[in-house]
Amino acid sequence: MKYMLLIYQNPAAFQELPEAGRQALMDEAGAIVSELIETGEWVGGEGLADPATARTVRVREGVPAVTDGPYAEAKEQIVGYCVVDCETPERAVEIAARWPDARLWGMEVRPMLSPDGLEAPM
Amino acid sequence: MSSGDPAEGLLRELTPQVLGALVRRYGNFAACEDAVQEALIAAAAQWPRQGIPSRPAGWLLTVASRRLADQLRSDEARRRREENFARDGLDRPGAAQPGDSPAAAAGLPGGETGGDDTLTLLFLCCHPELTPASQIALTLRAVAGLSTAEIARAFLVPEATMAQRISRAKQRIAAAGARFDPPPPGELPRRLQVVLHVLYLMFNEGYAATSGPAAVRPELTGEAIRLARIVHRSLPAEGEAAGLLALMLLTEARRPARTRPDGALVPLAEQDRSAWDRALIKEGTALVTATLAAAPVGPYQLQAAIAAVHAEAAQASQTDWRQILALYNLLSTLSPSPVVSLNRAVAVAMVRGPAAGLAELAALDGNDQLAGQHRLAAVRAHLLELAGDASGAADQYRLAARRVVSAPERRHLLDRAARLSGPSPD
Repeated sequence: MKYMLLIYQNPAAFQELPEAGRQALMDEAGAIVSELIETGEWVGGEGLADPATARTVRVREGVPAVTDGPYAEAKEQIVGYCVVDCETPERAVEIAARWPDARLWGMEVRPMLSPDGLEAPM
Repeated sequence: MSSGDPAEGLLRELTPQVLGALVRRYGNFAACEDAVQEALIAAAAQWPRQGIPSRPAGWLLTVASRRLADQLRSDEARRRREENFARDGLDRPGAAQPGDSPAAAAGLPGGETGGDDTLTLLFLCCHPELTPASQIALTLRAVAGLSTAEIARAFLVPEATMAQRISRAKQRIAAAGARFDPPPPGELPRRLQVVLHVLYLMFNEGYAATSGPAAVRPELTGEAIRLARIVHRSLPAEGEAAGLLALMLLTEARRPARTRPDGALVPLAEQDRSAWDRALIKEGTALVTATLAAAPVGPYQLQAAIAAVHAEAAQASQTDWRQILALYNLLSTLSPSPVVSLNRAVAVAMVRGPAAGLAELAALDGNDQLAGQHRLAAVRAHLLELAGDASGAADQYRLAARRVVSAPERRHLLDRAARLSGPSPD
């Protein structure tokens, strides 16, 4: 079963960390990724550039309107994601709980829709 | 895999025989398995151009033995460099050296040992130390002869992920000290249960109803049925092995009717029963009937019997629900689970009316295993619909749709909710 782990950060708070502190966080996450590759649970993932680089696109009556920045001005923003394939939802939560961002900000664990379906209920 | 290439079918059949012979000869399951994979790749490249060799099993064994020798030689060099003499748990003392005379082994043992080797390999791949996902992946590669790329495609994960999972599974088996021997008689029932469960999961995994990316998935159901046949042939007195095969055949029989051309799911009651595969139904029904008469009853046999009762009704309205309820009662006693209780509630509703079925569901409300799942809401929706409560049913279908993680099922549940909420604007 695949889960997407959405990584939330407060970009301002992250920037205020000393360089060594930022590096330590990234190393910590990198070590978890290596471990998940090793266990065969890693499907993929990427970090995202700063939310300040984002564009929001909305098409209304066929006309696209593009605005700078993310739509929601929340303090915590999605800064990356990873997809893991693991046996139980508990395991997905366990992986998320180890992410340094979970300690400092938050992680969201979302089951991914599967293209399979068993026979519909009678 | 869906292609009718005769070489491909032959390769699938020979895989466990060649791997069995190689492991028997040299030990070291993990290395032998890699070598057989390489031989399969070589065969897939050469046979279509040069023709199938006169002794295909001997050809594969020779090539695999050479690859094994190469691999062990380079491993040996690396080991010397690292001064690491750790031995693989699967190595057999006094095993022959690969490359000695692979041609001597080219005449593979005949059918009877071939079948036993396949069963022994299945027991090894379904080792209790492995997680179900790893058991399935390893079985597909080592016993069914699928490539890592095909298995990865079947499970919709990157090939590197699947390769890692398979290699880790092999390491775990080695670390557990497992040997290429049948389980001791005292352990057989427990180990067989694991093998049957793995084949059951493999079948379910392949029983996908969808168009789009999954349409290219290899036919896992076909592989599961083929392996279940081998187990049943090797252990004809095991009632549950026969029961599982019958269940697969009877379920597979409905495949042509269970999706619409656009990929939407069709519930059992609405399926076009003339599209069901009569030959599979006949075989599955005969198998489960004979088994129920001869062997101690078990959950797979009961589920097969329920599928057989559905199959014998020419129309949904002719279904013998009393018999199905009796079978579910037995199943609840023998192997109780919340999912069995849910299915039983449907049978209760069909025999005694929807109110009686809904009362059964009320007892499941506090169940932890069902909490947050879509199944309870989906069954409740169905029974409310039968009871004539359209808006209550629509609400429950929507609730189920929010909880389900299968895209086709979500679509089905939302369709039903929409149908009950009155005519659509168009």
